[in-house]
Order: sequence, then C-alpha cells, then structure tokens
Amino acid sequence: MSSSTTHSTTDTVSARRFANPFFSREGWLYFAILAVLLLVVFPLALDAFRLNNIGRYLTYGFVALGLVLCWGHTGILSLGQGIFFGLGGYCMAMFLKLEASTPENTAIQTTPGIPDFMDWNQITELPWFWVPFNSFAFTLVAVVAVPMILAFIIGFAMFTRRVGGVYFAIITQAIAAILTILIIGQQGYTGGVNGITDLRTMLGWSIRGADSQFILYFVCAGLILASLLLCRAVHVSKLGRLLIAIRDKEDRVRFSGYDVAAFKVFVFCLAAGIAGIGGALFTLQVGFMSPTFVGIVPSIEMVIFAAVGGRFSLFGAIYGALLVNYAKSAFSESFPELWLFAMGGLFIAVVMAFPDGLAGLYNRYVRPHLVKLSGVFGRKGKSGRDVVAQPAE
Amino acid sequence: MNATPATTTNGRKDFVLEVEALTVSFDGFKAVDDLSFYVDENEIRVIIGPNGAGKTTVLDLICGRTRASKGSIRFRDRELTKMKEHQIVHAGVGRKFQNPTIYEELTVFENLELSVPRGRNVFGALAFRRDQNVLDRIEEVAEFVFLKDQLKTPSAILSHGQKQWLEIGMLLIQDPSLLMLDEPVAGMSVGERVKTAELLNNIIKDRSVIVIEHDMKFVEDIAHRVTVLHQGKVLSEGPMDHVKNDPKVVEVYLGH
Repeated sequence: MSSSTTHSTTDTVSARRFANPFFSREGWLYFAILAVLLLVVFPLALDAFRLNNIGRYLTYGFVALGLVLCWGHTGILSLGQGIFFGLGGYCMAMFLKLEASTPENTAIQTTPGIPDFMDWNQITELPWFWVPFNSFAFTLVAVVAVPMILAFIIGFAMFTRRVGGVYFAIITQAIAAILTILIIGQQGYTGGVNGITDLRTMLGWSIRGADSQFILYFVCAGLILASLLLCRAVHVSKLGRLLIAIRDKEDRVRFSGYDVAAFKVFVFCLAAGIAGIGGALFTLQVGFMSPTFVGIVPSIEMVIFAAVGGRFSLFGAIYGALLVNYAKSAFSESFPELWLFAMGGLFIAVVMAFPDGLAGLYNRYVRPHLVKLSGVFGRKGKSGRDVVAQPAE
Repeated sequence: MNATPATTTNGRKDFVLEVEALTVSFDGFKAVDDLSFYVDENEIRVIIGPNGAGKTTVLDLICGRTRASKGSIRFRDRELTKMKEHQIVHAGVGRKFQNPTIYEELTVFENLELSVPRGRNVFGALAFRRDQNVLDRIEEVAEFVFLKDQLKTPSAILSHGQKQWLEIGMLLIQDPSLLMLDEPVAGMSVGERVKTAELLNNIIKDRSVIVIEHDMKFVEDIAHRVTVLHQGKVLSEGPMDHVKNDPKVVEVYLGH
C-alpha cells in the first residue's frame, strides 16, 4: 500500500486514532474500585455472616453480567436465566451430595451409598446421570457445560427460526417453569421440592466452617471479577460491536454477510455458562440447592438485578445484584410479606423513571461533577466516543 | 472469501443475474408473477413502476429475505433461491434498504469496519484485529462516499443523505459484484443527488447495479436499461428513451 506516504497529515486514519482500548483509564479506575470493595473493604468491614451474604448476592451478579451481554447489548431478553443458574448449582450439589453419601454415612439406609432422598423414594441404584458426578473434574466442567448445552439447544431452536423479542422471553419463562416442575416431580432423582440438602464437604474440605466460608467468598469475588473481564473482552472485540449492531439493525447485519443466529446463540450460551458458575458458587456458599432458585420468580428477579444496575453496564450488573439483594434481605427481615410488593414497585420505577438503571443515573448526574473535579475523567469526557467505550459499561 | 469471479463460459451470453419465471404469492396474492429478466456485467439496471408493482419484493427475493414460491434466480451460475441470506452476501450480492439502514449507535468508522468482509463467523469476529489493510480500506471507501471527515461521527447524527451514502459505503467495502439499491436518493437534496449519480457511475466499473428509483431525472442520469414493473410483471424493458415512449408505460406509470 503506497497510501502510507499520503497519510502524513492530521486526518490520517491511524490505528491509534481509532484505538479501542480494553478499558479506558477511567474504566480501569472503576474496575479497581470494585476490586478493592470486594476483596478488601467487605472482608475487613463485615462479620462472617454478612460476608457470606455478600458472597451469595455476588453469585447473582454472574447471572446479571450475562444478562447485560444478552439483553442490554444484543437485545435478547431471557426470563429464564434461573434455568442456567440452577443447572450450575445442581451440578455442584450433585457432586457434594455424592461425597456426603458415603456408605458409612448412609449405613442406616436400605441401600447405603446413595443420596438419602433416593433411598426414601425406593431407588436402589445410583441413576446413570448421577454417576459422572463422582468426579470433581467432571463436575467443574459440567457446571459450565450443562447450562451451555441447554442454552445452545434452546438458542439454536429459537434463533434459527427467528424467534425473538417477547416470544423468546415467554418461551424461556415457560422452560423455567417446565424445569421446575420436572425437578419437583422427579423426587427420587432430584430431591424434589426440598432440593439437594445436607451438603458438607468438598474433596474432604468442610464448606460449612467460618474459615472455608471466608475462602469461598474470595473465590467467588475473584471469579466474578474474572467474569467481568471476560465479558468486557467480548464487548470490546468486533463481536461485541456486532452484538450492538444486531440490536440496532438486525437485517443490516444479516445482509452484510453474518449469520445472525450464530451470534445470538453464542451470546446466549456465554451468558448461560457464566450463570452456571454463579449457581455452583451459590450451592457452595449456601450449602444446598433447590428448585426455588430455578423457576420463574428468581429468573425475573435476576432480570431486575440487571435492570436496576443498568442493563448496558457490566459494572452496574454487579452493583445491581448486590444492592437489590441487600435490600431484599434488609426488607424481608422487617416486613417479610411486603418484599414482593417492594420488588414489583422497584421494577416499575426502574422501567418508568430510570431505564438505564444506576449506571445511567451515575453517568447523567454524578459523573459530570467528577469530570469537573478530576483530570482522570477529563481526557475521556471531551472525546465523546462511541457507546462501546462508554465509561460505566 | 467472497465475490469469487466465477465467469463461466458455457456457450450463451454471460449474464450476472438471470431471473426466470419468478413467482411469489402472499396468501394467494401474487406480488411477483412469472417474472423474468437478465442483468449484464457492468450494467446499471433501474427498476421503476407504480407503488405495489413488486419492485422491493424482487430485491427481497434476490437477497433471500423473501423466499420464492416458484422460479429461479441464478447469480453467476449459482442458484440463490436455495441459499441463506448470509451465503448470498458471501457469493457477492449486496443490498441497500429503502430507508437508510445503518448502526445508529456506532460511529461511521465502526459502521464501515463491521462491514469489512473479514471475521464473519463467531470466532473469527472474536479474534478479529484491525490492521493497516482494514484501516486503509475504510479510509478509501469513506473518501469514496464523501464521509472521510466524518469517520468519528456517531452515525445517528448524519444527515439523511449522508446516511444513504454510509450504507452504500458499507456495501462497497464488501466489494459485491452485484449491488442492489432501493431508492438510494430518496430524501436527498439536488446537490446530493448529483453527487450520488456520479458515485454510482464510478462504482459501476467493476460490478453490476440494480436500482429502484422514482426520481425520473436521476433514472435518466444513471440507467443503462430500465425495467418497468406493473402488478408483478414486466410491463416494458429497454433503454430509457424506449421505455419513456412506450404507451403502456405512459398509461400506468409516467402519466400523460
């Protein structure tokens, strides 16, 4: 290309001028603030019980991160993310349950060595699909892979048929309902409505003590930060911009030579895999898994976490999950019967009054003041770059 | 990856596009009815006709947005009626929509970059890194469609005419061998129309173009041949002078 010689003037299309950094300086600052908050402030400021609660709230943050990519960026609203959260959680619970059901521990059962609820349901042999969960390595893979495989099947069936929008949301909700009914109905295989309970150790290491809860919290916080970086990496890639383009003008993407369905399947699977990690960490920190975390209500709550945080903002997803869950705990301690009304009211308020959630409020009302005060923000503020590099994303 | 120059010579004249006996019916209504026409290499073909004549439907059929009930569409000896939309694009057919269809939330640069025919599958898009070739190509096309100074502009704030140019640029960057433009000068000022006519005459050099247009002045400026559609059928076809004086065309479309 001889054009490099003609490129000497100021309007050169240089790589630097259009650089799309992983994070702006401001973005790294937000990341650092979140990391310090999760890894230093919370562990120092909170007692073991409260910290464990934060860890539990964070597991929903995984789901909300996936929803930002899926719903915020690509425009696919799934009302069934509880499916994937639950599957990840159940995979982990199956492993832990098998570990807890040694022949010695279950000697009083008719069939020792199988989980107690199976014995109560007159099952005398470990079902075939439980067998692989004796392996820890398999379980770790399954936590991510099982939700992704189901997401692939749902996504492939829906997106190649161009099912989208409200119809997709309704179908995912129906699948969440079906899965709940299936789990409750197949009591002998799944533990039924009680779920899989009485989980004690992972590889011989107690998951119930204060020490292990403390460590699990850090695992959870570390993984959510890693997931945030992963989502960010997808977002700043060409694929991330294509997702926004799909939300914006799906036909234009299709008639620019892209198989739109494949991209939607990808982002739906990614969100499902991340949700699965959240579910597994939930099981570890809470010590059981039950169908209450799979169905329609939790799935909708997860959408609310993302909406409150700001459905376009990855950081917002985590803050949204933390805040709404904190509010839920605080509120339901005092007025348990009112919580659902508060939740509904919150959702209406978000949709009507601040559709971009906390991140939107921050960008509109807080950030302009910070820009005036500080130099870090100033350089970014002027350029007014695209949505891709929007600060709180 | 795309636009393979498959110029086969099998005796007859090589058309880029052969549409034969094409029919599509929506609930019994035949929007396109037994339609046949042929487009040459390097030809600008303009399709005109009254509202509801089936002009846009023909483009929809060629690019795979609508499936034909009967008939065939052959593009460089490949049957398009069986292919998926993105495969048709890969084969070298580009299509501009009637309303400027661009990614309003992205900048002009990003709009063009997403249209560069590289990294078109999921993992290719994840691994895509912009290099100097991509930048040069974007600059070249941006200059061609008069948007070089707007590369950093969010495309939502472009004027209507500039949006039309951007979409044409997004197609050009894919280097299609058949370019289909649905009302490319709608909403443009007189000055912009003149520039667009010039632009089309420039891009024709290596490709064929099908244009749907109502503006007869513009049609006269660009058309090599004109196809007049009426009720899903070809009413008249030929050079502009011929079509303009065809009594049937005057009757249903041009008026007295």
